Amino acid sequence: MQYSEKVMEHFRNPRNVGEIENPDGTGRAGNPVCGDIMELYIKVKDGRIVDAKFKTFGCGAAIATSSMVTQMVKGKTIEEALNISNKTVAENLGGLPPIKMHCSVLAENALRSAINDYLSKKK
Amino acid sequence: MAKKKMPSVKKIYVDYNSTTPVHPEVVEAMMPYYRNVFGNASSIHRFGQEAHRALDLARESIAKLLNCDTSEIVFTSGGTESDNHAIKGIVSAASASSAMASAGNHIITSKIEHSAVLSPCKYLENTAGAVVTYLPVDEYGVVGLQKLDEALTDKTILVSIMSGNNEVGTLQPVEEIGRIIAKHNESRIAKGQRPVYFHTDAVQCAGKISLDLKKLNIDLLSLSSHKIYGPKGVGALFIRKGTKIHPLIHGGHHEKSRRAGTENIPGIAGFGKACDLAVKNMATETKKIAGLRDAIWQGISKKIECVRRNGHPEKCLSNTLNVSFEFIEGESLLLNLDLKGIAASTGSACTSGSLEPSHVLSAMGVDPVTSQSSIRFSLGMLNTQQDVDYILDVLPGIVTKLREMSPLYKKKKRAG
Repeated sequence: MQYSEKVMEHFRNPRNVGEIENPDGTGRAGNPVCGDIMELYIKVKDGRIVDAKFKTFGCGAAIATSSMVTQMVKGKTIEEALNISNKTVAENLGGLPPIKMHCSVLAENALRSAINDYLSKKK
Repeated sequence: MAKKKMPSVKKIYVDYNSTTPVHPEVVEAMMPYYRNVFGNASSIHRFGQEAHRALDLARESIAKLLNCDTSEIVFTSGGTESDNHAIKGIVSAASASSAMASAGNHIITSKIEHSAVLSPCKYLENTAGAVVTYLPVDEYGVVGLQKLDEALTDKTILVSIMSGNNEVGTLQPVEEIGRIIAKHNESRIAKGQRPVYFHTDAVQCAGKISLDLKKLNIDLLSLSSHKIYGPKGVGALFIRKGTKIHPLIHGGHHEKSRRAGTENIPGIAGFGKACDLAVKNMATETKKIAGLRDAIWQGISKKIECVRRNGHPEKCLSNTLNVSFEFIEGESLLLNLDLKGIAASTGSACTSGSLEPSHVLSAMGVDPVTSQSSIRFSLGMLNTQQDVDYILDVLPGIVTKLREMSPLYKKKKRAG
């Protein structure tokens, strides 16, 4: 199993690690039994995600996808963010080994969960 | 301006349980058999005779390491083949003998075996009607003798329990296991029944602990060359005289019809040399390596909080250290170590394609999350105190970085 250069680059220097104080949305995905948990926090202003951060327990691919998805959502509207799929996260990382594709699903789920949290709070 | 000295790229290998470098003397011992002595050991001419002599010499070396007869050694392609040969060969011989057909189809093994034992057992369950008991282990990974005694039935044909575990290093009480089986066999032999055979995968133990087959009640024992500084693709199966076993690979009359296929003479010659070196260096090497291994654990437990050592603290391979670093995942720790030039492993290289928590740690009752947080350091010949110092220098920083990133650690901190 080999990771792409892009995955390793994000693994070495993950972007947006940490938490947001008083986030507008918090998402959580994964299961520690499977070796992955991702928490994703978003700050939303005028319908646009202005900041995103994460905390992840997981393998190299889980950390790289967390880093990538937080980078991808910044500046996007909620609607645009909901269009981010696990495939686009993996593509942006130059692909993932087949056995690690579930990590990109984890990123998508964490993002959706954060957005849902934001939308439910807004109501 | 003075030129800045480039930092040299560190390369520290602490994954000797997955494979070892070939010892330079082993390489030397192999070279003639690639160049001049290339004959087929089955040929009658002098080229063949020379090759055959290499085979004889290597067999003597392996017999010396195990204190057994040369006729009891069969060369194979490695540990996996040896395990398959032992298990499938015994089951096949038992079912072929009409008197035995009703006598047995039961195999006893343990939950912490290497996949080279577990997979053949599963295969026989699925295809040959074998009934397999997977013995549990205690928190240190030791098989319970009482449990073994209770599991033995009139239908049992084989017990396969490893000598030393590849992931956590725990040594099994093979001497006592052999004694229990021998005792069980007394009544069987009195009744004219076939004995229960005892196979042990000793791939990790060879060269680390002494294996005296004149004393131990072991009928079959697997060895691998590349775990003891020999070449890959060679191994051996010890088959005690009189053991009723079928070959795994059928063909020519090689290895007295016990294993067909033209012998890998260079590999076997190298394996023989590796055994000679193991006999010669075992005492000094294991002591040195155990010292370095202990130093790593002492350093880790002193410098890093929330760590636990997996495996038996004393009854353990001298070179193996398995540690859980709570709140971080093993692979990300490994990748970070690799970026610093340190090559370690999560559990077993043979199961690294799997996402499941280690079956060994699970059997020991380690919870799945802690299991995912575990890595293995397995040391060897080339490791030094400098390596240990370097590992202890970079490891705490990596652990801190990953814990800062972990949502599990955050919770722990909040909980105080």
